Amino acid sequence: MYSFEYHNPASQKEAEELLASTDNPSLLAGGQTLLPALKHRLAEPSDLIDLKGIDGLSGIREENGAIVIGAATTHCEVSESELVAKRIPALAKLAGGIGDQQVRHRGTIGGSVANNDPAADYPAGCVGLGATIRTNRREMGADNFFVDLFETALGEDEMILAVSFPIPDQAAYIKFPNPASRYALVGVMLSKTGGDVRVAITGAGSSGVFRDSHIETALSKDFSVDAIDGSGVDEAEISADIHASAEYRKHLIGEMARRAVEAASGS
Amino acid sequence: MNDMLVGKPLKRKEDQRLLTGKGRYVDDIRRPGETYAVFVRSPIAHGIIKSIDKEAALAAPGVLGVFTGKDIQRDEWGSIPCGWVVTDRQGEPHKAVPHYALTPDRARYVGDHLAVVVAETYEQARDGAELVEIEFEELEPVVTLAMAMEGEQIHDLAPQNLCYDWELGSRAEIDAIFETAHHVTSLDLVNNRLVPNAMEPRAAIAEYDSGLDSYTLWSTSQNPHMLRWMLSGSVTGIPETKIRVIAPDVGGGFGMKIYCYPEETTCLWLSKVIDRPVRWTGDRSESFLADTHARDHLTTVDLAMDKDGTFLGMKIDTTANMGAYLSNYATSIPTYFYATLFAGCYKTPVIYSNVRAVFTNTSPVDAYRGAGRPEAAYLIERVVDVAAREMGMDPIDIRRRNFIKPEDFPYQTPVILTYDIGDYDASLDEALRMIDYDGFPARREEAKARGKLRGIGLACYIEACGVAPSQLIGKMGAGAGLWESGQIRFNATGTAFVLTGTHGHGQGHETTFGQIVADMFGIPIEDVELIHGDTSQVPMGMGTYGSRSLAVGGSAIVRAGEKVIEKGRKIAAHMLEASVIDIEFEQGLFSVTGTNKSVTIKEVAERAYVPLDYPEGLEPGLDETAFYDPGNFTYPAGTHICEVEIDPRTGVLEIVDWVAVDDFGTVINPMIVEGQIHGGLAQGIGQAIMENGVYDPESGQLITGSFMDYCMPRADDLPSFRVGYTCTPCTHNPLGAKGAGEAGCIAAPPTLINAIVNALDIRHIDMPATGEKLWRIARDKIAAQ
Repeated sequence: MYSFEYHNPASQKEAEELLASTDNPSLLAGGQTLLPALKHRLAEPSDLIDLKGIDGLSGIREENGAIVIGAATTHCEVSESELVAKRIPALAKLAGGIGDQQVRHRGTIGGSVANNDPAADYPAGCVGLGATIRTNRREMGADNFFVDLFETALGEDEMILAVSFPIPDQAAYIKFPNPASRYALVGVMLSKTGGDVRVAITGAGSSGVFRDSHIETALSKDFSVDAIDGSGVDEAEISADIHASAEYRKHLIGEMARRAVEAASGS
Repeated sequence: MNDMLVGKPLKRKEDQRLLTGKGRYVDDIRRPGETYAVFVRSPIAHGIIKSIDKEAALAAPGVLGVFTGKDIQRDEWGSIPCGWVVTDRQGEPHKAVPHYALTPDRARYVGDHLAVVVAETYEQARDGAELVEIEFEELEPVVTLAMAMEGEQIHDLAPQNLCYDWELGSRAEIDAIFETAHHVTSLDLVNNRLVPNAMEPRAAIAEYDSGLDSYTLWSTSQNPHMLRWMLSGSVTGIPETKIRVIAPDVGGGFGMKIYCYPEETTCLWLSKVIDRPVRWTGDRSESFLADTHARDHLTTVDLAMDKDGTFLGMKIDTTANMGAYLSNYATSIPTYFYATLFAGCYKTPVIYSNVRAVFTNTSPVDAYRGAGRPEAAYLIERVVDVAAREMGMDPIDIRRRNFIKPEDFPYQTPVILTYDIGDYDASLDEALRMIDYDGFPARREEAKARGKLRGIGLACYIEACGVAPSQLIGKMGAGAGLWESGQIRFNATGTAFVLTGTHGHGQGHETTFGQIVADMFGIPIEDVELIHGDTSQVPMGMGTYGSRSLAVGGSAIVRAGEKVIEKGRKIAAHMLEASVIDIEFEQGLFSVTGTNKSVTIKEVAERAYVPLDYPEGLEPGLDETAFYDPGNFTYPAGTHICEVEIDPRTGVLEIVDWVAVDDFGTVINPMIVEGQIHGGLAQGIGQAIMENGVYDPESGQLITGSFMDYCMPRADDLPSFRVGYTCTPCTHNPLGAKGAGEAGCIAAPPTLINAIVNALDIRHIDMPATGEKLWRIARDKIAAQ
């Protein structure tokens, strides 16, 4: 890796000051994406600002009908949280299926959301559950937060503090893993709150996470497996690579959505 | 008296060390004053080097030197050799294109070695490497096998990028058979490119001692003596007495670490130029780019039969990828380790094969676990299955009808090899019993009720191991003999060092050889210490590959042990005041026939080193060396059967059962052998459904350059394997052992593909049979119904 300055701020304020005063800083949460990128010399930040020492960034609580998860909360903590398991079991399941044991003990929700990997699970979790991203500047709905591949609405001096998930009536996350990387080849987060149905897809969009409105409309009318007649997304907007063609991914969206309805109905 | 250890599943002696982080690998070894080498690798697949600008790199902090191929050439270091001459159809040797440690003229694949930067630290060397500026005149890369012969010429010596056009058998004879055959089954096959991916990447440290004018090279080698030989005899001209190669603990090789590579060769050169130790440890990305790759064939096979399904003749046409340069044994793999296996388990009377080996702008291809034999077994067991389908025969029946039967041995195949022994029906019977073959239709119906397509498939494979009789392989073009050395050196207190020219890098040699020697001398296995992997300690050796370590290396150790016993009898006779012919040896005890007078091996060893009262004229010491050259290859064979279930809605495949029945002859440690089967199966299953080395056909960039894209099998992709054995001991080595290291990856691909085509009721599917391919077939079938 290239050389960088390492900072270990003790407060959010100190971190914000560093963010503003350094040349090309990078926030370090669990480091599960950033550290490999550094080791491969694919990233060259001037300064690394480690968030681990900041009080209050981590933790899970219930607040006004939502589950609020601090940005530095690890995937393992989310997957093992009794509160999450009780209120949004689909989210606990999603967190428990990220990467492997080691990754889940280091990687954080804030890091994953900020990175916006097009095959990561949390972007689908956020959009599919209609989450709100809380930063040091503002609150943003997940629909507007994820912009494009590895791109979010976060400003340069902005940092995620927490993600707030409204508690749905029913939800499920089904992932079809890429056999090589085990990232999502297609991942579907589906939720139903009253008459509102959200279906968010990760792994398949050529610009990252997206909502499949065709499936949402169908399920709003009839929340059943048989209501789904496949994805409504144009194949041109679905990614294709050596692991799967757009056609196969599109098919899997429909199939995983059906399984998600089945799982959500069972819960 | 000890309990006999041979045949027992002893826990591995080496595991305490290896599993607790106490293994000592090349990268664990630190040398005073060491420096770091980082290679500047080609970012393009094909181009002429116009200029290399070292200046910025030389000015970078900590950089001690920047060197190119021209610098090494000034010292008149030669090409890394290919040690096996394949003679083509016109009687000409293969095109021996040069392969310099650093390419002086042209980049021939992405990852090719263009320059090296040496610095005080690794990061400084990497920084320096990024500053080396190289200008190319880019050339059209030759990427795919299908286009290789029409593409831009890669080597001056090789028009049409053809390394050789080789044949085995008579084309006229095979044509005559095909003209009159009742039926011909023809099949086009891809044998997909694999990247070996040993757990430990390659690494090297070279140290030059100016006082002694000698070199020490620590290398992740399966084959340290051969590496020294090549470096000395072919590349550098430095006497072998001045090069010591040490291969310490090595974390997996699979054939990929047999060879002399550019990186270690360059480090050796640098160690004198820099006059400090030079280390290089490859990272995973470099492993993907510049380790030898494997397989990569395009093949058409035709099988001619009479009306009963009796095989009359087989014809094979293969294009094999050599990659950009010839690795040490690359030429032999798609010829003498491939076409000589085309008889399989069957009495096919006439076989003709034609293999064209071509150069492409990809990483060099060479032996990888199985090495030619998986490719052979795959095409045989696939075409036999398709033949059964086309002839309306049961796949079991067509195999049995054509099997070489126990009474046929020794069996001279039409493709050079003579099988010594085997019983193919026995393995097939046992496998059918274990899998409950007759119960399959019911299991298929049950799966159908769950919406799954269940299939069953089998393969009856044979391989040739224990490479190899030197005279035979000499006739095939080998540049070296493939004997092995073994030495047993008793100490004065009755413990023994065993020295072998084989090298363990996961196989459990310390345990297996320990069991053999402990039994031979009736001493505890703890008193046997194996020494391997150091050219200055072990007399000579030919390394570990081709499942040869036990059959050849173990036999050499047995021969050395026999010499120890022979000398021990003389010492014992003296001690017991008897004549030598009356001395028997059993279980560590020398005794006088018909009496209870005896001395132990421990007492004899002590006397050998304290010869105060000793046979006249006998040398002191108890230390014997033997060289063993096998009389034939060994021929492990067996039947594997697996069952799969495919989810037609997603293409997801689950292997629900796997039965492996192998005949390895004598098994020394069944736990180690079972581990070898499991590991081999994982690799073979990986090839069949997951692994695929893919280059972009236009740019020649390696697309599958990391585990994100190259699909390695994981434990949860695999079923719990069920292992059984039959045994026909090898007739020509003292252990009766055949070798077990490669069977799994040879048997697995055809077994699994046969099960998949059975589940889908199709004629063929190419490897890797990925989920998307399976889904498309299932979808189209459902649509057609």
